[in-house]
Amino acid sequence: METTITINVLALIARVLSGASVRWVDCQPDTCQRVYFANHTSHLDAIVLWSTLPQDVRAKTRPVAAKEYWTAGPIRRYLSTKVSNAILIDRQEIKVHQSPVDLIIREIGQESSLIMFPEGGRSSGIEIGEFKSGLYYLCKKRPDLELIPVHIDNMNRILPRGQVLPVPLLSCITFGPPIWLETGEPKNDFLRRARQAVVQLKEA
Amino acid sequence: MDGRTLGLIGGVLVLLGVATMVVRVLRRRSDSGINPAILETFGLRVRAWWILFATLAAAVLWDKVATVILFGLISFWALREFITLTPTRPGDHRTLFWVFFLCAPLQFVLVGMDGPSMNTYGLYSILIPVYAFLFIPARIAFAGDPKRFLERTAKIQSGLLICVYCLSYAPALLTLRPADDDAPFNNAGLLLFFVVIVQLSDVLQYAWAQIPSRHVIVPTISPGRTWEGLLGGTASVALVGAVLWWATPFPFWLAAGMSIIIALMGAAGGLTMSAIKRDRGVKDYGTLVEGHGGVLDRVDSICFAAPVFFHFTRWLILTGAIGGAS
Repeated sequence: METTITINVLALIARVLSGASVRWVDCQPDTCQRVYFANHTSHLDAIVLWSTLPQDVRAKTRPVAAKEYWTAGPIRRYLSTKVSNAILIDRQEIKVHQSPVDLIIREIGQESSLIMFPEGGRSSGIEIGEFKSGLYYLCKKRPDLELIPVHIDNMNRILPRGQVLPVPLLSCITFGPPIWLETGEPKNDFLRRARQAVVQLKEA
Repeated sequence: MDGRTLGLIGGVLVLLGVATMVVRVLRRRSDSGINPAILETFGLRVRAWWILFATLAAAVLWDKVATVILFGLISFWALREFITLTPTRPGDHRTLFWVFFLCAPLQFVLVGMDGPSMNTYGLYSILIPVYAFLFIPARIAFAGDPKRFLERTAKIQSGLLICVYCLSYAPALLTLRPADDDAPFNNAGLLLFFVVIVQLSDVLQYAWAQIPSRHVIVPTISPGRTWEGLLGGTASVALVGAVLWWATPFPFWLAAGMSIIIALMGAAGGLTMSAIKRDRGVKDYGTLVEGHGGVLDRVDSICFAAPVFFHFTRWLILTGAIGGAS
């Protein structure tokens, strides 16, 4: 890992470039173990969301990211392994022997928080896609985790799909009140409720 | 540094100090009978002016390049706010990249390079209205998305023209030279005079609009702007301008006339930006950034007044009305 100063400088650069303003709606920053789950519209999402967290929270928070993208090239590898300490998921070699949920649970232990994008891939930025079941299985094994819905606005215009060069517009990141997986809650109900929590922040 | 420039800066700082004290005192007295919302807005504005004038005065006192860089940063932020609130399509991404990272910086670099040894006026005065104007639609067409083509093109062109081209005329005031090179010409005073008059005309028009008999100019766009405000504000700003003639290259009657032009253009700028904001359904450009107004809300009147003030002054120099070896 890099030194704290380097990490703080990089987080500041990410914030200035993305022009991110941060709102906490009925929710406060906390270092307790949490899962931040957000809509996914740009490759910048994980880094910018991570950089908007307060320093002590940020130090304990690890993004979950796709291995093939975040290990391609020295800059991405540096950002994912040395700076944000991301948990990299191999999307090609999934499931059979190595369930990503087990890997995540092992990696976070009783300390780290997570940044997840339950839509799976990036959406267009207009509609928030259906959530994949990973979030549900994670909560089933760790129902104590606080789930914080996060809405990321305008990032798809800063760095859209298939583009390499960012345009420095302004974005807005909204954190919402925590939710939990209720005991016995069916998978689809929970995923719909989680998605709704993010959609609501869009209007908040 | 010219003593008159220092005098102007000192005067502005005293005025801001008084304004800050007035806000403090009125806030403490609940029985003052003044609408607390107006007081709150005024307080925020005073804070914004402190930041604007303190950095501007420091930059102007330092040197020309610092001033150009300061306005370049303001312009960059204003353009961010403008484009963020104007919807574009994914096909415009590459165009926007060049707008942000080539056109906008180049404009300010050219303004900064202008000096006695190199005359870049011929290029920076047409860079955006000619080259960028033609580049933007061509690059968008090249990206291959015809949907609402003209609308998207116009949005990006307007953003670049208003936030970058027009605003760059404010620091360009520092590059104006008298016909006779040896004649004294107070550029720093000219720029400070301009910014002081623009901001004063904003606040004086707002203040005059508070008097009871209200004839709103355009209720559908800006319910707060009244004819009383416009006329009263312009008249009082003309007085202030005439009193401040000593800081400028103008005789007092021209200083008053210029102040009237600045006030009218500033009002036009505010009204135009209100129309854009109303169309987008927002109150301030800064809504996305923080709770209070954005950078563009503070500089919209500067954007409209700067090019007109610059060209009028330039024309006066060319005709020999000012800047001659008197």
